[in-house]
Amino acid sequence: MLANYLPVLLFLIVASGLGVVLLVAGKLLSPHRPNEQKLSPYECGFEAFEDNRMKFDVRYYLVAILFIIFDLEIAFLFPWAVALDDIGIFGFLAMMIFLLVLVAGFIYEWMKGALEWE
Amino acid sequence: MGWIMTTWDSLPLILQLGIKIGFIVGPLIVAVAYYTLAERKVIAYMHVRVGPNRVGPRGLLQPIADVLKLMFKEMIIPSKSDKYLFLIAPVLAVTPAFAAWAVIPFSGTLVLADIDAGLLYVLALTSMSVYGVIIAGWASNSKYAFLGALRSAAQIVAYEIAMGFALVGVLMVAGSLNLNTIIQAQSGGLHQWFFLPLFPLFLVYLISGVAETNRAPFDVAEGESEIVAGFHVDYSGMGFAAFFLAEYANMLMISALTVILFLGGWNSPFDFPPFSWLPGVFWFLAKLSVVAFLFLWFRATFPRYRYDQIMRLGWKVFIPVTLIWIAVIGAFKFFTPFGFIFS
Repeated sequence: MLANYLPVLLFLIVASGLGVVLLVAGKLLSPHRPNEQKLSPYECGFEAFEDNRMKFDVRYYLVAILFIIFDLEIAFLFPWAVALDDIGIFGFLAMMIFLLVLVAGFIYEWMKGALEWE
Repeated sequence: MGWIMTTWDSLPLILQLGIKIGFIVGPLIVAVAYYTLAERKVIAYMHVRVGPNRVGPRGLLQPIADVLKLMFKEMIIPSKSDKYLFLIAPVLAVTPAFAAWAVIPFSGTLVLADIDAGLLYVLALTSMSVYGVIIAGWASNSKYAFLGALRSAAQIVAYEIAMGFALVGVLMVAGSLNLNTIIQAQSGGLHQWFFLPLFPLFLVYLISGVAETNRAPFDVAEGESEIVAGFHVDYSGMGFAAFFLAEYANMLMISALTVILFLGGWNSPFDFPPFSWLPGVFWFLAKLSVVAFLFLWFRATFPRYRYDQIMRLGWKVFIPVTLIWIAVIGAFKFFTPFGFIFS
């Protein structure tokens, strides 16, 4: 059973190895002639005015929080969907009530304008 | 032939697996390389141009020339960047794009790891790909890169949910997380494939897939005309190549998943000869190519979405549509005599 997952583990190692090999090959084969101008962050010819890690809109956090709620919901729905034929009508209705609570929250967010971008 | 089998059996398990993995990763890299050429050619012909035609016959060696060029280009690590994160980001982008192929069934028997949690594994890895983008944008310490990373994060987050709900719909019908079982549930011909009963979810999944891979018309994370190249603006040489590789491998991955989940995987479209004579691998790759072609077609056809439109589509259209369709599937299954549509 668990032996089925060995190829997956091995594949993960190979895949990350591939990424490392790419970078190492690039490093070994390419020239290395740095100078100050070349190493400055890309900007349109100016010196950077301020630190580039600037403040950004709080909306992004809001979206992130919304995402966590919905993603958890999906994590709940996955096993439910697989077992749907076994749990029958009761299981279906129970999940629908749960979803309804979530949707109520979603509608509230929508009405509050959390999903507006302008 | 006999001696090949006996030598194969005498090899240690790790070596056997290593060879099998090589047989997936090798062709995949070649496929990615030629997918980039196909993209340039297809879009060129859609623009009534010829496309690359200098390197090799009809430009067929162009991808190889590209790789060689990128290999010998200097890899610049900006002085203000976070050096370790800057180098980790491309690796983090490549790893999930390739590792997800471990569970893809190319035919009924041609699958490296036939695991029961296949879909969950794929979902986990496709979600991972956003980390490469965010870390790249953060580590570069450039405004363009940072903006690209932010956009990409919010966008992927929005479409990830729609995608997840679309998968839930497939699971409700197929009743398994094992990709091969999902495909077997679609056997019997074209009319059994899930894209018919789950048509809204199929569309949502396909379009979300385009958005997840940051492809046109959802390519605001790169947005050449606005933020130069977005998150990978400071990468050059093989660092850039790694992101390129990851993006195209991800596109092929999404195509493969669309085929598996909605278009019957390796099943032939008609359950009678001569269609049923062709092997499953052929059908799988043929369908994959069609979906992969769609990605190119989209790019040549649609102008880029505005960012607020992208967010509106993700949150206000796709999520409600998928939620409603999940309820519809269940309601049909349990409360109407037409439940057979969804089983």
